[in-house]
Amino acid sequence: MRRLAPMLLAALAVLAAACEKKTQPTPSGEAGTQAAQGQAPSPGGTPAGSDTILLGQVGALTGGQATFGISTRNGIELALKEANAAGGVNGKKLAIRVYDNQSKPEEAAQAATRLITQDKVVLILGDVASSNSLAMAEKAQAAGVPMITPSSTNTTVTEKGDYIFRVCFIDPFQGFVMAKFAREDLKLGKVAVLQDNKSAYSIDLSGVFTRKFTEMGGKIATTESYSQGDTDYRAQLTAIKKTQPDGIYVPGYYSEVGVIARQAREVGLKVPLMGGDGWDSEKLFELGGSAISGSYFSNHYSPDNPDPRVQKFIADYKAAYGGVPDALAALGYDAARVAIEALKRAKDLSGPSVRDAIAQTKDFPGVAGTVTLDDKRNAVKSAVVLKVGDGKTQYVTTINP
Amino acid sequence: MAQLLQHLINGLAAGTIYALVALGYTMVYGVLKLINFAHGDVMMVGVYMGYATAFAIGREARGSFLGIAAVFAVAMLGCALMGFLIERFAYRPLREKPRLTALITAIGISFALSYGFQLDIGFLPGASPRAFPEIIEPTEWLIIGDRDVVVWNWQVISFLIAVGLMVGLQYLVFGTRFGRAMRAVSWDHRVAALMGIPTDRVIALTFMLSSGLAAGAGLLYAIKDTSVSPLMGLYVGLKAFVAAVIGGIGHVPGAVVGALVLGLVEEFVVGYAASTWRDAVAFGFLILVLLVKPGGLFGRVAAEKV
Repeated sequence: MRRLAPMLLAALAVLAAACEKKTQPTPSGEAGTQAAQGQAPSPGGTPAGSDTILLGQVGALTGGQATFGISTRNGIELALKEANAAGGVNGKKLAIRVYDNQSKPEEAAQAATRLITQDKVVLILGDVASSNSLAMAEKAQAAGVPMITPSSTNTTVTEKGDYIFRVCFIDPFQGFVMAKFAREDLKLGKVAVLQDNKSAYSIDLSGVFTRKFTEMGGKIATTESYSQGDTDYRAQLTAIKKTQPDGIYVPGYYSEVGVIARQAREVGLKVPLMGGDGWDSEKLFELGGSAISGSYFSNHYSPDNPDPRVQKFIADYKAAYGGVPDALAALGYDAARVAIEALKRAKDLSGPSVRDAIAQTKDFPGVAGTVTLDDKRNAVKSAVVLKVGDGKTQYVTTINP
Repeated sequence: MAQLLQHLINGLAAGTIYALVALGYTMVYGVLKLINFAHGDVMMVGVYMGYATAFAIGREARGSFLGIAAVFAVAMLGCALMGFLIERFAYRPLREKPRLTALITAIGISFALSYGFQLDIGFLPGASPRAFPEIIEPTEWLIIGDRDVVVWNWQVISFLIAVGLMVGLQYLVFGTRFGRAMRAVSWDHRVAALMGIPTDRVIALTFMLSSGLAAGAGLLYAIKDTSVSPLMGLYVGLKAFVAAVIGGIGHVPGAVVGALVLGLVEEFVVGYAASTWRDAVAFGFLILVLLVKPGGLFGRVAAEKV
């Protein structure tokens, strides 16, 4: 008996270690590789063998932004499956290795390094949260490996260097969209801002919103802040309530926004909340309940879009994963397709040629809008405003750059 | 003024919950001189047990006394059992080893739980935060002015439950045979064993008690903030630990006072300054207390050989 306890403990530790490992190369990484090998078995069995092109993804699969990474991964996986079914890239199959960044920049940097030095991927897709993408971009730029972020909207991400691209619009635009919508469509006069002080994304959005909204003749009642991971926002909301605003701009992520909405109603704030694409997750409805209904956020795409390309994507996605794809899945899908097209056009698979091929992307028909990369490697696209209803979103308007 | 009063109410609501978690730290430390860093994560597991129970019962869990009692009972008993297992298989084998060994094990268990629960396989809940079912239907219990100050029923209920649990604990420690045994073990567990006190059993029961208490606190926390996630134990646990140290770790009323002070300080800092300052002020306050009164507000300084 005396020996049993330490042994059990050791077994537990091994189990924990095994679990830890499993979270890192996710099922999709293995599935992608297996799918590729199933069709064209490579003798060495190495995923980066001569008949396979290995891509990498870093995303949040655990932690506070987990649905972002998972949605993105599903979108990417779908694009790769389609491409492989259609014959791959110049006769080679595509595979992807996915690492989890646990919603933390330091993990993202480490995962990117691993993809570059160990797995030797030809390009990297990811992340969603700008703070994580910034950490990855540094590594990718230094190594000369092209990186496409599907949905990091913070301006500075692509400023890290000429190897960093994105297929979404940037925050100044998103802040402008909501300011314009609040002022012209909702006709709000005084708006309070509640920003996430730990996220580059949130600070950037709130800065642009504040500037544009004031320029358009509105007034900012107060600017309060919270930190990612908080669950009690009553102090800030109580302070906001005192200023009696007509609306509250909360450019945060769904995991916090849902709870903020509930507590805002609780302290007696009945005005609409407004936000950005960080709200986009089915979890928002669960966390926010009825409190979040009647709020608005700017987004990349609307599932209501009747375009057959979008509807086909939604149907395929539903068949594969169940549920309506959010914008992050759509952007993951677009990013992977832009990457695949670029790989087809590239002279060879070296960093510089892939980079040049991506940079030439023009009028690419994505499900979340047409992608044309400008000379700053940003996509120029329009945004939609969605209204949160009972368990789903509703298209309100499109705002052009 | 109204704002101040509202902040006071919010701060007390947060503080009482910190207090219940802090009591767990203090009890285990008092008896074993072990900082059980897995305490917050045991709380998190308890919250998920309550979550699962509430869903299993369905609609009846909401509002009905029996439903709420069932949710609390399952979570608290389940956690007590888990506390027993952790003590039996992780800490007891290390009891005669240097204290650092047990501390490191505690941190290991903490991470195993908080990251293990983020896996999305089988019964594990996955990484995304979830909305905790409203087992106490929120209603406004007291409204002053034009909703200037609002007190909610769950705030009052939580406060009463928390105070009840604290009084019960104080009685248990100072008014019962088991409490006397606990204090004896805390004094010196080898001598206590020589005097015929079943130390192993006392220690196991202390762990069960503190873990059950943590589950209760976790449920109150989940009712308050409506969102649960596998990492919640790390945040709340750290705060409660700070509260216990401020009050003087090992001191039961000290933990309560420390937690209330911490809850209020945080609320005021966020309400009147900025949330960015919250942790800095909380930990700054901790450092200040330790500098001025190294044993905490109520604790005694015991010379210790390192």
